[in-house]
Amino acid sequence: MSSRLLINKTYKQFIGGAFERSESGRSYPVVGAEGQHLAHAVQGSRKDVRDAVASARSSQEGWAGRTAYNRGQILYRVAEVMESRRDEFCAEVLRATDGCSEKAAAAETAAAIDRWVWYAGWADKFPTVLGGANPVAGPYFNLSVPEPTGVVGIVAPDEQPLLPLVSRLAPVIVSGNTAVVLASERCPLAAITLAETLALSDVPAGVVNIITGHRDELVPPLAGHVAVDSLDISGCDSEQGAAAARQAAATITRVISASTAERQWADEAAQSPYLIDAFCETKTVWHPKGR
Amino acid sequence: MVFGVLSPNASLSITSPILGRVTDLLAVDAPVGAADAVAGIRITPVDAVGLEQRAASLCTRSIKTSSKAAALDLAVRMMDLTTLEGADTPERVQALCARARHPDAADWSVPPVAAVCVYPELVPVAVGALADSSVAVASVAGGFPAGLAPLEARLAEISWAVAAGADEVDIVLNRSAFLSGQYQKAYDEIAAAKQACGSAHLKVILETGELGSYDQIRRASMLAMVAGADFIKTSTGKIGTSATPPTALCMAEAIRDMAEQTGRAVGLKLAGGIRTAKQAWHYLVIVGETLGSGWLTPERFRLGASSLLNDVLMQRAKLRDGRYQRREDFSVD
Amino acid sequence: MTDRSSIGRELEPAGEFSLDYAPAPESTAPVRLASQYGLFVGGEMVEPAAGGMAPTINPATGETLAEVSVADAADVDYAVAAARAAWEGGWRDLPGSERAKYLYRVARLLQERAREFAVLETMDGGKPIRESRDLDIPLAAAHFFHYAGWADKLDYAFSGRRAAPLGVAAQVIPWNFPLLMAAWKLAPALACGNTAVLKPAPTTPLTALLLAEVLRDAELPPGVVNIVTGDDATGAALVSHPGVDKVAFTGSTEVGRAIGAELAGTGKRLTLELGGKAANIVFEDAALDQVTEGIVNGIYFNGGQVCCAGSRLLVQESVADAVVGKLQKRMDTLRVGDPLDKNTDIGAINSQAQLDRIQELVASGVAEGAELYTPACVLPERGFFHPPALFTNVSTAHRIAQEEIFGPVLSVLTFRTAEEAVAKANNTPYGLSAGIWTEKGSRILWMADRMQAGVVWANTFNRFDPASPFGGYRESGYGREGGRAGLLPYVELVA
Repeated sequence: MSSRLLINKTYKQFIGGAFERSESGRSYPVVGAEGQHLAHAVQGSRKDVRDAVASARSSQEGWAGRTAYNRGQILYRVAEVMESRRDEFCAEVLRATDGCSEKAAAAETAAAIDRWVWYAGWADKFPTVLGGANPVAGPYFNLSVPEPTGVVGIVAPDEQPLLPLVSRLAPVIVSGNTAVVLASERCPLAAITLAETLALSDVPAGVVNIITGHRDELVPPLAGHVAVDSLDISGCDSEQGAAAARQAAATITRVISASTAERQWADEAAQSPYLIDAFCETKTVWHPKGR
Repeated sequence: MVFGVLSPNASLSITSPILGRVTDLLAVDAPVGAADAVAGIRITPVDAVGLEQRAASLCTRSIKTSSKAAALDLAVRMMDLTTLEGADTPERVQALCARARHPDAADWSVPPVAAVCVYPELVPVAVGALADSSVAVASVAGGFPAGLAPLEARLAEISWAVAAGADEVDIVLNRSAFLSGQYQKAYDEIAAAKQACGSAHLKVILETGELGSYDQIRRASMLAMVAGADFIKTSTGKIGTSATPPTALCMAEAIRDMAEQTGRAVGLKLAGGIRTAKQAWHYLVIVGETLGSGWLTPERFRLGASSLLNDVLMQRAKLRDGRYQRREDFSVD
Repeated sequence: MTDRSSIGRELEPAGEFSLDYAPAPESTAPVRLASQYGLFVGGEMVEPAAGGMAPTINPATGETLAEVSVADAADVDYAVAAARAAWEGGWRDLPGSERAKYLYRVARLLQERAREFAVLETMDGGKPIRESRDLDIPLAAAHFFHYAGWADKLDYAFSGRRAAPLGVAAQVIPWNFPLLMAAWKLAPALACGNTAVLKPAPTTPLTALLLAEVLRDAELPPGVVNIVTGDDATGAALVSHPGVDKVAFTGSTEVGRAIGAELAGTGKRLTLELGGKAANIVFEDAALDQVTEGIVNGIYFNGGQVCCAGSRLLVQESVADAVVGKLQKRMDTLRVGDPLDKNTDIGAINSQAQLDRIQELVASGVAEGAELYTPACVLPERGFFHPPALFTNVSTAHRIAQEEIFGPVLSVLTFRTAEEAVAKANNTPYGLSAGIWTEKGSRILWMADRMQAGVVWANTFNRFDPASPFGGYRESGYGREGGRAGLLPYVELVA
């Protein structure tokens, strides 16, 4: 018997480009579709959220300052690296999803990869489509452009391990936002595997930060953080989402949640330039036209 | 921040110690803003749209009825009654001078105008006709209206006009030199003209309609003022574009900067296209709001016009009689 | 800073003539005021259920203009029901081209009655007639005209998606641009196929009530627009009403926070246009005379009672004295007084409460050590007036540099480099607007990129247009009004 002991992966949080355990030192067991133990995930703390937001904040200007072409290439690179690690993602999806077939896992993985490609292509197009010249009644040049809103908190949906996360994350960062993601509490491991992919894909440190742990503990510090400009509560249940929105209101943080159509994750309706726009601010610049 | 203060005389001399610096800063690529303060003069850029909006807004002011009569009289007293035609004859100039003394034959309470403006050849006629009056004689000179006669000839023409009795001389900026970037040359010529004027007042016509932008108008205004102009003037009246509210505002702002930065008060003359009393009021408002009431005097503000006078007189008569007037009843000179 | 006021004094000869502007009061003849106003619900003026009335006064005189209804929860319920009935009863299914025609009619009727609206706006709100005549009313009409054209072109607005209406929009507007804000709210809502319940500000209800007449004359179907006047409780009842699908609010950040919290978890769509503390940034190479006008327009337009007012002047140190000198001289020429006078630049402050707040903040500026300049001007004996004010020696920590004053009060700060200007400009939780003054094109674009502000005016300030999106970053709110972006708050994009 040529038995070789497998090397199990330690799933760590992804903050500021580094894989770290929680400052609290805690972890929680993650079980698979059949109730089998898969791994221990980090049980992140409010301080981890704080650190992740700080990291996202400090990297935001630089990320937004990259050329659109560069951001597009980096998102495409994410797809490339995911493609090369397809089997790993399929396995993550399969073991985390109740009643999932290999075919379904492969389909989810493929859709997630394709979603990166789709949004990669928008990087240098969405400002053309969403902004433009405004013909004002006066001697002025007037141009509106969508700009990233800043730091976006994303509460990832729970229903599938990979595709919903990618569907919410890609439109956020393509415009130059940075993100703090609370991974699905139930199936966080694919999120960490995605983080490993991001780390290999030229995504600058801090652009995406992924925290794992208990929602009840992590959503409030994220929603209440003053430095979070926009909050995607797609992964919150209604009570949790309402509480998060109440907190967000204190600092006029934008609150966004996936529509019913967007929750058909495999459909084309789940992807849209207007979803990029939802995490942008329209800036309008006026200048006189004179000799 | 300390601005250097030019004494009035310093800027009159061609050998002014600041000459070099002045022409440096007038250069096309001269830095604007703080760097100019070294020479004591700032040439502020002009935003066309903002300037035009401010001018338009000033033109919506309404003057008090009781002030209107005084404003109309002031407009008359600020007027340079002008005839600059090749067909001008001694008879025509004499008629004009008679109007200048008593603008309204039917109402001798109307004050005389500031000056009569003619070609040099007709200066002696005007001098004779205006003897014993307060009306000054102004002469265009210096190769008016192009200003491209040889410099010696232009200076000689100025000297001739002054010798013939002109109190004021209206010359043109050398746009050929100015627009080709030869600011030193343009400056030197004005300074030389100032010398040739002696005690006569020098008005420098910028011909703003040919300068292409308000920035250039502002630059030309500063150049002319620093070179010694007693007045800066908009136009010859010989091209399509002449005085406009934004042009007047642009030049008034330059004059304000000159006064602020050097303590020297330069006058403003608007010419061409001013035909109605209403326009004259607008210009009074622009100058009054920008430069203060200190400029609302013929010593510092002139309106060069030929057809304006009748409209002012009509409005004056309307104020007096309360009836609108018939244009044909006013002088056709 | 150097005192430049004495320079040029010797140039002033004896004033042989001074410009006296006529008191040029606009006639109030076109305005026919009723003594009492009801609520506009279901296409009719109705009395409030509980009969509550409150006076609305002319802030320039303190005189009561009329008694206006105070809607209570029952009235709001009635209005929302009327809006719902109108929506379900046909407005949502009306072809866009037909909705467009109603809005075009409204635009034209506003233009026809512009004089009347302008005078009434000035009487009720205190703003100079020059502004209500030249800006508020024409822009309100233009806004209806602009969005009329969108009503049948929504399919072209969001490629790949269909724009479906949301239902009933609850719209709460402020007192600083009463009719214009009503237009900003109603025109896109109706163009997109929604119906509306509009709640004007307590101190400025009259032009909205006159608008009701226009809507009736335009034969707008009953209930498509309902106007409920009242107080803060009326507004609270409206935004929290369960029959409302969308809430749009313009006003203070404080109330915006409360509405956001109130609506959390309800699924109602919300857009907010809140406060501001805009930086107006002047570089040394700028066109300083137009800068002066821009600063004046930025802070003294509508007496500074403007959310996007350029209330923080950031001026490069090398030209600070020159700019402040020019500004002070210009301030000396500002005419404060009767808002109905066509020559008036600064009219009345909207209310006693607002005047109190301005005075309190000005006092805090003085107490904190900033230097106050106000031109010598005689304020009217009656009414609420405040002279134009300028603070120098201001530090970023001062309250006058941080808090929205909403009055004719400017704080001057200096900077040395563009980086410092950016840091100081963005050093506020707000992000509505910013001004940049420089002749250098690349610097404008570099600065504009870095401004955390929804509207950036370069070499101009306080320009508005229906085609141009307006709205804030950060705590200045979210959502845009104007242009294509202004449709988004009133539609659901359906695949």
